[in-house]
Amino acid sequence: MSETNQPHTLSPDLWVDNYADYLYNYAVVRINNNDLAKDLVQETFFAGLKSAKNFEGKSTERTWLISILKRKIIDHYRKINSKKGQAEIRMSFYDNGENEGNWIEERVPQSWNSETESDIENEELKEQIDKCINNLPEKYAMVFRMKTILEFETEEICKELNITPSNLWVIIHRARTQLRTCMEQNWFNK
Amino acid sequence: MFKFLGITCEQANEICNKAQYNEANFTEKLKLNWHLLVCKVCTLYSKQNNTLTKVYKIKANECRKQKFCLNNKEKELLKEEMKKTSLQ
Repeated sequence: MSETNQPHTLSPDLWVDNYADYLYNYAVVRINNNDLAKDLVQETFFAGLKSAKNFEGKSTERTWLISILKRKIIDHYRKINSKKGQAEIRMSFYDNGENEGNWIEERVPQSWNSETESDIENEELKEQIDKCINNLPEKYAMVFRMKTILEFETEEICKELNITPSNLWVIIHRARTQLRTCMEQNWFNK
Repeated sequence: MFKFLGITCEQANEICNKAQYNEANFTEKLKLNWHLLVCKVCTLYSKQNNTLTKVYKIKANECRKQKFCLNNKEKELLKEEMKKTSLQ
């Protein structure tokens, strides 16, 4: 039997040294919360220890641990997804009547300052983006970050978070609408 | 004749957001461009949306270079916790 056909084995004593950073990085870029990411890594290792007897050796140790972490991230997403009363986007369009779908006059986009285009490499601007993303409802921030900042494929995000592409686009649309307002108020028209 | 191309400003916004990721299909792009021909407000929105996408791309490039790690103390604590759990 060649080495590649050997079933993989687990070495929990080496998990922290071999995989903690990898798992932490995986979690923190998705949820953007250092403490929560650390908790999820710890929970992943604990869950791994508990279910070690079920490990069949078909995948590598790292892939197996990542699959546990992915489930933890989905659980977290479901939790934040079920939270009610989070910040709602301000409606920019009439939602009924003959003007349905048209801009509400006072929400019509306004021109930005002329130096906008030449200013986009500005460090303070990047900080402002972070602030605006962090002001989004957690669910929107997570999906927006995965799609726009981490540049994941739509299919990949839908699979990871167990959502449909239409769900994803609704969230992206709302997130971008809120971000636009935040950036306009705090940067482009400050 | 071109009635099927008619969309509202809200729909144009949605397509415009999708188009930022190159994920609007041919018909959606056609509808959006048709709408932009006749709607100055949405044309401004679309232009500003493109600027925001450029800004987000700069942010994305920066994030790609970042690597997050746990420090040694955190790793030691994690090892201790795991030992306790495996002894239980």
